[in-house]
Amino acid sequence: MNALAVRRRHPAAIFILLLLGLIVTGAGYAALAPKQATAATASADQIERGRRLFLTNCATCHGKDGLGSPVGPNLAGVGAAAVDFQMGTGRMPMAEPGVQAPRGKKVTYSAEEIADIAAWVASLAPGPAVPDAEYTTAEGGNAGRGGEIFRVNCAMCHNSAGAGGALTRGKYAPKLTDVEGRHIYEAMLTGPQSMPVFNDNNISPESKRDVIAYLKTMDEAGSPGGMALGSLGPVPEGLVAWVFGLGILIGAACWLGQKGA
Amino acid sequence: MSTEHSTDTVRLDEGHHVGDGGIPAQFANPGLPPHVHRMADESEAAAKRAERQVAGLFTLSILGTVLFLIAYFAFDTAHRTWVPGIGTVSTSNLLLGVGMGLGLLGIGLGAVHWAKTLMPDEEVVEERHAMRSSDAARGEFVEIMRGGGEKSQLFRRPLIKATLGGALGLFSLPLLVQLVGSLGPLPKNHLSLTMWNGTPDGEGGYTAYTARPRLVTDPESLPIKASDVTIGSVYHVLPEGLLPSPEAEDEHLREGLHHGFLEEKGKAAVLLMRLDPKDFQDTPGGKKAQEWGYQGIVAYSKICTHVGCPVGLYERTTHHLLCPCHQSTFDVTDDCRVIFGPAKRPLPQLKIAVDDEGYLIAAEPFHEAVGPSFWERG
Repeated sequence: MNALAVRRRHPAAIFILLLLGLIVTGAGYAALAPKQATAATASADQIERGRRLFLTNCATCHGKDGLGSPVGPNLAGVGAAAVDFQMGTGRMPMAEPGVQAPRGKKVTYSAEEIADIAAWVASLAPGPAVPDAEYTTAEGGNAGRGGEIFRVNCAMCHNSAGAGGALTRGKYAPKLTDVEGRHIYEAMLTGPQSMPVFNDNNISPESKRDVIAYLKTMDEAGSPGGMALGSLGPVPEGLVAWVFGLGILIGAACWLGQKGA
Repeated sequence: MSTEHSTDTVRLDEGHHVGDGGIPAQFANPGLPPHVHRMADESEAAAKRAERQVAGLFTLSILGTVLFLIAYFAFDTAHRTWVPGIGTVSTSNLLLGVGMGLGLLGIGLGAVHWAKTLMPDEEVVEERHAMRSSDAARGEFVEIMRGGGEKSQLFRRPLIKATLGGALGLFSLPLLVQLVGSLGPLPKNHLSLTMWNGTPDGEGGYTAYTARPRLVTDPESLPIKASDVTIGSVYHVLPEGLLPSPEAEDEHLREGLHHGFLEEKGKAAVLLMRLDPKDFQDTPGGKKAQEWGYQGIVAYSKICTHVGCPVGLYERTTHHLLCPCHQSTFDVTDDCRVIFGPAKRPLPQLKIAVDDEGYLIAAEPFHEAVGPSFWERG
C-alpha cells in the first residue's frame, strides 16, 4: 500500500490509470452492451448455398445482390427473422402480384433451404435473427397479460379475437389463428408489409411470449358459444338475427295465414 | 283471327278476340268461393293420421324438454364438442339450446297443425254494424258536454278559463327544459386539458408538473428511450403517472391514478411512430411535424377528431393512420392531415423532446382540444 502511495505521483501513473479505465470500460461495454442480432454462426458453406438458392428463386424481384428492384424491396438489414417469416408462412415467393402477399396454402421450401437463404440475407447487413425457441412456444407465457398487451398493441388491426381486419386500398391485417409462435414473434420483430415494428424494447421477449400464449389459448378455446361469424362482434350477429330470424318469422306467418285444405 | 264480338271464354290458341265493349254497370258480388273440405274432414283415416301427427309434434316437444333437463345436469359448462360446420362448441350451450328450441317449436308446430287439420275451418260471414251513432245519441252527447260547461261556470268566468289555459301551457316548459338540459354537460375545456398538462386534482383542474412528464408504454408503463424507437416502430403511449409503474422511485408514479382513470386515459392516449425523416412531406405541415418530433419520432393523439374512436391502424409502408370506426385516414407525413373520411381536422400533435437520460418526454401539452370537434372548440 505504501509503495503504491509513493508512486501515485509518478509521471506514468496517469497513463496506467487511463489504460486501466479504458480496459474496464471496454470490457464492461462488451459484456453489457445489447448484442446486435446477426446470424453470425452461419457457416460460409450455408451462406453460399443460400446465395445460390436466392439467385435462382428470389433474384428476379429482389435483385441479384438482394438490394431490391422496382418490383421487390431491398433485403439488406431485414435479417434472418424476416426471411424465416416470409418464406416459412408461404408468403414468399409471391404467387402473383398484388397489394399484399397472402399467407401461402403450403410452404414451397424445406426448413433447411429457408435457413440457407436466411443465412445469406443475414450476411448482407445486420438484422434481427430468428428468435430463441424459449420465447416462441408459448410455454410459460401468461395468456391473461398477453391478452392485455394484444388488445392495446395489436387488436386495432388484427381484431381482439385475432380474426383479422381490413386496411386501406385492399390491404388487410391477416387473421392470427393457427400461426406458429415463431412466426408471430418474427412478425412483431420485423414488421412485415404494412405492419409496424414492435421490437424487443417495445414489447419485451417475455411479453411477446405472453402474446403468443394468448393467441394459442384463443385457438384452443374454439368458439364455445356456437358459430363465431368472423368474431366481428354485434354487426354480423345482428345481421344473421335479422335476416334468418325475421325470415323464419315471416315464413311462419305466411304458413299460418295460408288457407288450409 | 276472328273479328266477331264475343264474351265467351277465349282459348289461348285462338289468338286475339275483339271485345264488344259491353261492360256491366255494376259487377255482382261473387260471394265466397265454394268451401273445399279437407282430407281429415272427409276420411276418418286421414283425421286419425292428423291426430297422430299433432301428437308426434307434442311428443317432440316433450323429448326436447327432457333433453334440456338431462343436458343441464349431465354436462359441465367446460365440456366441449366438435360440431361440423360450427367447430368446437360448449356441449352444455348446444344441448340446452337444441332442447329448449325443440320444446317450444314442438308445441307451436303441433298447435298450428292441429288448427289447420282438425279444428273447424268453415268460412263464416259476420256483418259489421254501422259505425255512425244515431242522431238522437249524437244530440244527447252535445247536450251533456254543453251542460257540463254551463254547470261548471266555465263560460261565465273567463278568469278561470284564462288562468287554466296559462297553467296548462306553461306546464309544457318543464318537459322541454328537461329535454334540452339533459343533452349532457357542455364540453367546456375538459378536452383541452389532459394529463399532459399536469396531475389531475380530482376537481377538473390540473396541477402543473415540476418536470415535464415522460412518455410510457401502455399497458406496461415503461419509459421509452428515443434510441429504442426504430424506424417503422409504433408505441402506444400514455403519460407517466396514469398507470401504476412498480419500478418508479416517486410514490405517485408507482401507484398510478386512482380516480377518473378511464377518462384521463381516454383523453391522453398517444400513438408514437418513427418515420425516416426523408419520408416527411416538404409542406408546412410536414415541417412542423418534424419540428415537434425528435429525429423522425412523432407523437399524435390517438383519439379520432370525428367521434373519438382510437385511431390505431398505422400502415408503415404508406404512413397512413386509419380509424377503424368510420375509415377516417390521416397522413402522418403531412402532420396527420385528413386524406379520407368524415374527420374534419388533423389529429393534435404532442410536442416531444428527450431528457438527460435519453427518455422521451412531452415538451408541451397538446395545443388544441383532443377528440371530436365541438362548437366551443374555437
